[in-house]
Amino acid sequence: MDWLSTQPARRPARRVLPGFKLTLGFTLFYLSVIVLIPLSALVFKTFTLTWEQFVFAVSSPRVMASYRLTFGASFIAAVVNAVFGLLVAWVLVRYSFPGKKIIDALVDLPFALPTAVAGISLTALLASNGWVGSLLEPYGIQLAFNRNGVVIALIFIGLPFVVRTVQPVLEDAEKELEEAATCLGATRWQTFRFVIFPTVAPALLTGFAMAFARAIGEYGSVIFIAGNMPMVSEITPLIIIGKLEQYDYAGATAVAVVLLVISFVLLMVINALQAWQRRRSGAQS
Amino acid sequence: MSATQNTRTARAGTTEPAWVRYSLIGLALGFIFLFLLLPLAAVFAEAFRKGFDAYFEAFKEPDAWSAIRLTLITAAIAVPLNLVFGVAAAWAIAKYEFRGKAFLTTLVDLPFSVSPVVAGLIYVLMFGAQGWFGPWLQAHDVKIVFAVPGIVLATIFVTFPFIARELIPLMQAQGTEEEQAAQVLGATGWQTFWYVTLPNIKWGLIYGVILCNARAMGEFGAVSVVSGHIRGQTNTMPLHVEILYNEYQSVAAFAIASLLALLALVTLVIKSFVEWQFERDQKAAALLPPERPTA
Repeated sequence: MDWLSTQPARRPARRVLPGFKLTLGFTLFYLSVIVLIPLSALVFKTFTLTWEQFVFAVSSPRVMASYRLTFGASFIAAVVNAVFGLLVAWVLVRYSFPGKKIIDALVDLPFALPTAVAGISLTALLASNGWVGSLLEPYGIQLAFNRNGVVIALIFIGLPFVVRTVQPVLEDAEKELEEAATCLGATRWQTFRFVIFPTVAPALLTGFAMAFARAIGEYGSVIFIAGNMPMVSEITPLIIIGKLEQYDYAGATAVAVVLLVISFVLLMVINALQAWQRRRSGAQS
Repeated sequence: MSATQNTRTARAGTTEPAWVRYSLIGLALGFIFLFLLLPLAAVFAEAFRKGFDAYFEAFKEPDAWSAIRLTLITAAIAVPLNLVFGVAAAWAIAKYEFRGKAFLTTLVDLPFSVSPVVAGLIYVLMFGAQGWFGPWLQAHDVKIVFAVPGIVLATIFVTFPFIARELIPLMQAQGTEEEQAAQVLGATGWQTFWYVTLPNIKWGLIYGVILCNARAMGEFGAVSVVSGHIRGQTNTMPLHVEILYNEYQSVAAFAIASLLALLALVTLVIKSFVEWQFERDQKAAALLPPERPTA
């Protein structure tokens, strides 16, 4: 153990392990080639448009209708996911029931199932001759080939985000706090409302934002079930595809930049939420 | 009355009455059934709707086989490249302190928040006929967009962060003490990595690889933009599913889709196994006596 005392203390820690330059260099190189340079191509392509052209491309009525659908459906889906994701996480952490392990594993299905498969499968279920669609048809409820289908596909896609962000926080939550609340005379609902919910709120918001962000960019699962009617059930990513198929590269790029900027903003919001969550859990323990 | 109520509240201090428990479980299971189990079951039901013969007929088509082959090739290139990147990025970010580290971590996560369609578009803008390198590529007769290299690039982009983001928190939590000890004992950098770091991160590594692989094989949006949809040449399995579905060959579409659904199920099984192993290792490590006084 002699080396411990003789090692000069001012020597920077990073010199001890080799490979800093190699790994950081490779990381930056690969990041630039795969992500940064291609993304900058998007920005530069936008600058070939004049401001008027850009505004025209991103705010034509058909594009505006697609924003309303994409954001509206993503928001509704994320709210549903927040409510049911919290419920599923709660049930998985707090209660025991047969098949719990399988349900827990199944929650990740939307991460693992290719979106195109989810899309055709949901469509088959909800179409008027499908298992669910045929039950609802007599009541005049149509879930496929319209906006309802978009929301349902986005609920499927976003479900794991909320469950997987809330679950670990619920697992770590200290039961002593709940016991204390009960001892002080709180009802179970009050304990949930004022003790448990504030603990999981940052994680819940993070999961909500992640599900929302994912839903805005989602393409594969939605296009099969949406019906894709212009002005009615056409999502923004599909607008980009449509413009590309007409060789309107500049127009496609302009709409893509709008989506990209929104993604950036949401990414920063999610980062801030996660920092908040860390501070919360740090302050508690 | 008050006495019985007191004992009841004491017992129920951290849980709910039975009827609340059961209705919450029922509600959660109903939701899971409707949104997860039914769609999964529908894939197989639709695939076997016209019997086994019709199902296997779908795989006799040469286009189906070339789609399966292209999907496997794409994953076989994209996953190892992202694996090397993931390990390098995690090593640099978790083991050292440097300026801009938080920003770099955010950049690594960036492809997750970019729409797959935008991910495909950026490569068209780079390598397409009107793109930055388009004229040069055409002059040298190299095809990237609407060909296999474009599909591989788009797949690498969308699966870019998977392995890195599994490894970074894991390696950060493990710190650098064990590696430093190996260095002091005279190990080379590679020896340190192979014999000290790799055994420590193996479960996280496998976890990241299988998730990366599932996404690489299943990616649709990004690949759809750069593929050009040439049957038998630039169709991956998800794209082949789309073509068959749009041609009203429902059974064939769901037959290919059932393979992808199987892949998803296998992924979930391996993932659960890895999580179980990881927890077991953690518990075993926690039971070990401390090697030195923690002063």
